[in-house]
Amino acid sequence: MKATALTRAYRRRAPGEPRAIGYVYILPALIVYAAFLLYPFGQSVWLSSQHWDGLTVATPAGFDNYRALFSDASLRAPFLHALLLLVFYAALPVAIGLLLAALMSRARIRGMTFFRTVLFLPQVLALIVVGVAWRSILAPDGLLNDALRAVGLGGLARPWLGDYTWALPAVGVVGTWVGTGLCMVLFLAGVQRIPRELYEAARMDGAGPLREFLTVTLPGLRPQIAVALTLTIVAGLRNFDLIYITTSGGPGNATSVPAYEVYHRAFETNQVGSAAAVGVALTVLIFVLTVTVSRLVEGRRA
Amino acid sequence: MTTRLERTVTYGILALFTVIALTPVIGILSTAFGSQNSLDTGFSLPKGGLHWSNFADAWSRGHFGTYLGNSVLVTAVVVAATTVLAVLAAYAFGVMRFPGSTVLFHLFVIGLTLPQEALVVPLYFDLRYAELTDSYWALILPQTAQSLAFGVFWMRTYFRGSARSVIEAARIDGANTWTTLWRVLVPMGRPAISTMVVITFMWTWNEFLMALVMVSDEAHRTVPLGLAFFQGQHSSEAALLAAASVLIALPVVVVYVALQRRFIEGMLGGAVKE
Repeated sequence: MKATALTRAYRRRAPGEPRAIGYVYILPALIVYAAFLLYPFGQSVWLSSQHWDGLTVATPAGFDNYRALFSDASLRAPFLHALLLLVFYAALPVAIGLLLAALMSRARIRGMTFFRTVLFLPQVLALIVVGVAWRSILAPDGLLNDALRAVGLGGLARPWLGDYTWALPAVGVVGTWVGTGLCMVLFLAGVQRIPRELYEAARMDGAGPLREFLTVTLPGLRPQIAVALTLTIVAGLRNFDLIYITTSGGPGNATSVPAYEVYHRAFETNQVGSAAAVGVALTVLIFVLTVTVSRLVEGRRA
Repeated sequence: MTTRLERTVTYGILALFTVIALTPVIGILSTAFGSQNSLDTGFSLPKGGLHWSNFADAWSRGHFGTYLGNSVLVTAVVVAATTVLAVLAAYAFGVMRFPGSTVLFHLFVIGLTLPQEALVVPLYFDLRYAELTDSYWALILPQTAQSLAFGVFWMRTYFRGSARSVIEAARIDGANTWTTLWRVLVPMGRPAISTMVVITFMWTWNEFLMALVMVSDEAHRTVPLGLAFFQGQHSSEAALLAAASVLIALPVVVVYVALQRRFIEGMLGGAVKE
């Protein structure tokens, strides 16, 4: 009896019919995926437990490489930078996107396709190209400093990417530029799916723009907010290209992030075990943050 | 309902963000067409006409002809391999039932959030051991594996949504699983497949870290890598640098403008869990 109930439950969950041939269809993809993604990840976990310079014989390190993530300031800093950058890479784009969506919820927009295409454009450009473009904007004689001088704020002008205090926020602004369009497009689409009647009902109840936003727009956009945060957080933590092309982690290590540290340690300073540990820790961080986001924002429906 | 003023403000803000989104793009364009001797970093109309020769110079002096060729080859192979493999696997995950299918599927989905940084180190040593670094394989194989995470996830959603009745009708007509897939479901699924193709195309074309690590010789450089090295050597030649950037971004931008709906769908769909 129990078996049939189980089969029935199973049938309800999975579609289709029993077909052992399914394995054959999956096999080619699985081989490539396992050989070039799953297996290397396993190797990374193993490497992270070793002291290895990439040349001589590796020696077991236990948890040394992970302990160093907390005790070694040059390893702690990149993680702190990455978390700080998430303000620029994730929080700001979502906040700006929400602001815009709140405005859009009150009017019908003509030319949506045009705005959507242009706002989303930064997402499709190679980050290397984005980096080259912004490097010239942030350069000592670049557009930003020119503009500051033009409005009489020349005293604020500085080599943004070479400044110990300002390099990290400057790289952050580039991330904001990349991520904001994505969030806007997502939220604009979401707002248009919220039934008009909800807004009319809210207005009937005498809700002002703020109450309308809090009671209708914000709850209505929950799923989109979760997606936007997931996408921007993952992209922000994975960020290597932008750092490499704009600052190479400098000045000093003021803009180093875990992604850059992996590259730097493994391929420039021969600390392969340590690099692997940074990579694995980054993976864990991404998992923890994305799961937290979907729990907090989406609710426990999943 | 909404006042004229509010409407104006809304369009004003949209216009403002449009300008912000376009400023760096226009800057690159104006620098790319500017004079090579100009010390301006752009944002002024090029003096003395458009300098198309910058592109020719970037092409020859920066070796971008070779790099574009490499990028085209690598991207074409990755996109083709990902498409075929993902369609096959997702078909099984979407319409068949067998023990372990859920676990296997989740194994693929993990790849959506697994950062390259956690793979690149062992991959480099593995491929070097196999004497495959500085070859197209080193660029193609890891990239295909990573694209499969999205491809399998995306195509499975399509196969799950495709009408049961169509599949059953095909079976009654005597089609086996293979013919059902290629004769019925794949032609019907062209929109879903083209979304996967453009997303994989963009990711592969723009990919940097793997290429940086796997390739040290000039003969196998892809365009983003070429641009990074070009900047290292010619950082003072803004016009050439910008022209090279335009050459790299152009293919993706053209496809994006033509198929923007497919792009946005795919990039957002990749993050939507069931």
